[in-house]
Amino acid sequence: MHSRRDELLAVLVILPSIVLLAIFVYAFIGQSIKASVTDWGQRAALSLNPEIHYVGMQNYKDLFTGFLGMRFRQDLTSMIFFTALFVVVALAVGLGLATLVDHLVWGEAVLRTVFLFPMSLSFVVTGTIWRWLLQPRGGINQLPTVVGLPAGQFLWLSSREQRLAFDWAALPHYGCWMLAIALGALAWTNFRRARPGTARRQAVATAALLALAVSGVARRLAILDFPEMHGFNVAIWGVVIAAVWQQSGYTMALYLAGLRTIPDELREAARVDGASRFQIYRYVELPMLTPITVSAVVILGHIALKIFDLIFAMAGPDHAPTSVPAITMFLKTFRGNEFAVGSAIGVVLLVLVSLLIIPYVSTSFREGGDQ
Amino acid sequence: MKSSRWLRLMALSTMSMLLIGAVTVSAAVGGRLEIFSWWAGDEGPALEALIKLYEKSNTGTKVVNSTVTGGSGVNAKAVLKTRMLGGDPPDTFQVHAGQELIGTWVVAERMEDLTSLYEKEGWRRVFPEGLLKLLSTDRGIWSVPVNIHRSNVMWYVPGNLAKWGVKAPTTWAEFLAIAPALSAKGIVPLSLGENWTANHLWESVAVAVLGPEKWDALWNGKLSFKSPEAVEVWKAFGEILKYTNTDAPSLSWQQATDMVVRGQAAFNIMGDWAAGYMATTLKLKPGIDFGWTASPGTGGMFMMLSDSFGLPVGCAARENALAWLKMLGSKEGQDTFNPLKGSISARTDSDMGKYNTYLQSAARDWKSNVIAGSLAHGVVANERFMNDFATVMEIFLQSCNAQAAANAAQAVAIQSGIASR
Repeated sequence: MHSRRDELLAVLVILPSIVLLAIFVYAFIGQSIKASVTDWGQRAALSLNPEIHYVGMQNYKDLFTGFLGMRFRQDLTSMIFFTALFVVVALAVGLGLATLVDHLVWGEAVLRTVFLFPMSLSFVVTGTIWRWLLQPRGGINQLPTVVGLPAGQFLWLSSREQRLAFDWAALPHYGCWMLAIALGALAWTNFRRARPGTARRQAVATAALLALAVSGVARRLAILDFPEMHGFNVAIWGVVIAAVWQQSGYTMALYLAGLRTIPDELREAARVDGASRFQIYRYVELPMLTPITVSAVVILGHIALKIFDLIFAMAGPDHAPTSVPAITMFLKTFRGNEFAVGSAIGVVLLVLVSLLIIPYVSTSFREGGDQ
Repeated sequence: MKSSRWLRLMALSTMSMLLIGAVTVSAAVGGRLEIFSWWAGDEGPALEALIKLYEKSNTGTKVVNSTVTGGSGVNAKAVLKTRMLGGDPPDTFQVHAGQELIGTWVVAERMEDLTSLYEKEGWRRVFPEGLLKLLSTDRGIWSVPVNIHRSNVMWYVPGNLAKWGVKAPTTWAEFLAIAPALSAKGIVPLSLGENWTANHLWESVAVAVLGPEKWDALWNGKLSFKSPEAVEVWKAFGEILKYTNTDAPSLSWQQATDMVVRGQAAFNIMGDWAAGYMATTLKLKPGIDFGWTASPGTGGMFMMLSDSFGLPVGCAARENALAWLKMLGSKEGQDTFNPLKGSISARTDSDMGKYNTYLQSAARDWKSNVIAGSLAHGVVANERFMNDFATVMEIFLQSCNAQAAANAAQAVAIQSGIASR
């Protein structure tokens, strides 16, 4: 039973955080969006009353299709590759460590602490350590010499090699293909699950997209007047290694907690049915860990999308092969005085992180409501 | 009950925060001077010496040293901008002399004109003409330079050059002639560090290819970055880059200097803070353990950069700040600061006995050479150009395409208001 007094108290208690959130999060998001549709950053950007004009979506257009937006476009490409690699590798290493620690007969507490320890460091410390370790003439490259092999020659962060290059101008073309493949796969699943109506609609859409792509219509929808190659910068691997080193312990802790909540009855039942140890792992434990994986993807993913300090400490602000939008946002805003462009990059990042977080939060709210 | 205690705690902490704010504001009205800079670590003692000198002649003024660490002020500038935008300027702040000051703060009408101070102290006669031009616009003189660093210096170890049978080149053609033989011996002809040191090398190459007049013409918009001469700079730069180390992006400038000291590289082009690093940190003897000359093709030219202090509009302690600036420009102030900082005095009448061998040679050149402003260190171009030029440099380092880099540089120059079309 809630009394009126209790309710009043509840509102009072929560009010300060609502007010603070409203001002320091949402008002400032609004402020950034407002700044991003202006030209704030012209000559006297820092005067007391800077002359600011409304320019609509011009800053966004320039970032994605303008001549000088090429750094941002490569940053975005790098960020997507970094996020994908970091999440996948951190999950794999985390799961591996958790499985290892879970099956250990002794030393579990010590190992758990050892694996978790990197998480207590800040990204700046991690970045500085790995900057040293990845020096081409020292650190990791010298490791083979310990066993008498020649020193490694890989340039790590200094590498300017680019793989999987694609033409940004042809992005609509690639987009058509990727959407077609995704929709086609969905249609196939729905067909197999005996949902012919949905499957048919999806198949039609797939065919339309394929037609656009194959006929070359999509290719003629070039978003740039000039070809511009972007791709996976090999230097990103160095950043991935450092980030995984720091975060895989945390992923391990998540998985370990998941493994511990699996009731022993399930394992025993499987054993009674004659399952081997590996089969129990593969068919009982792993499926039970799916919710953990989803949470871990969201947590690691939003860390990766917002990554700034690690790269700033590892490779410096101006090293384009490892740059990501957050770094360009900082430089544009606070070094180049282009406040509007910086805000626009910030808003793009916000949208990307929201795409990851909002579905997760809304489903977990719904689940919470069901209970 | 618990929650009401929590509320009381909240109210209490808010009150105390307000109180602290009130105390700081009231202190500012009294004898206080807040100096904002990025001088910490190796450069800290030089600033401390200045503060001591100031406190000696301005007893009763409490100096607040607001230092934000981070090389060449990358963090300090961000903090300064948020403070200025928030209406809380420090009484005086460190800023690279030239366009980094003018293009950001003077055009925004955030600085006071210091012409009357210059007249009163007779500084127009003691600072070189070329320097005053870089500090001024047609509406005034905007900051007081504390020191002068030289950007176009080539460093080497004389003993190593003798061993390898080469001489320090005086032109880039000479360098390119001796470089292949050095490479063949497994020696890096020219060591290079992270991105900004490439900008630093670029400006030395550019002023050698263009000469000081055309260099100036680039910055007042009279010479296009797409002109054949400017494209030639990128081509020459590309040729030189072929003889640099492949791990450059992962090296700091000190590590690039170390390569020369250890005999892994023959030459390095860096500002003369490298002399301070080698003499003070590495304990090498100037002229014996390490040698220097103007970077190839820039003999008789002095590419300068300078730390300076200005007077922001609306600062809390204007009179104290003016006294600080007066001391900075004085002969005593400059000769106190510079020997410790490892730079020379901007004045032409400094006491040479206080400086080491390298600095004496730099001071001689300062008086006689043609002065050009540095790009990499904020003298000739505004911050918007400089910020995007780092990206132009990355485009070139990635593609080695001179025309593409020139086009991008021109586009950046137009956007930042340096060139008109």
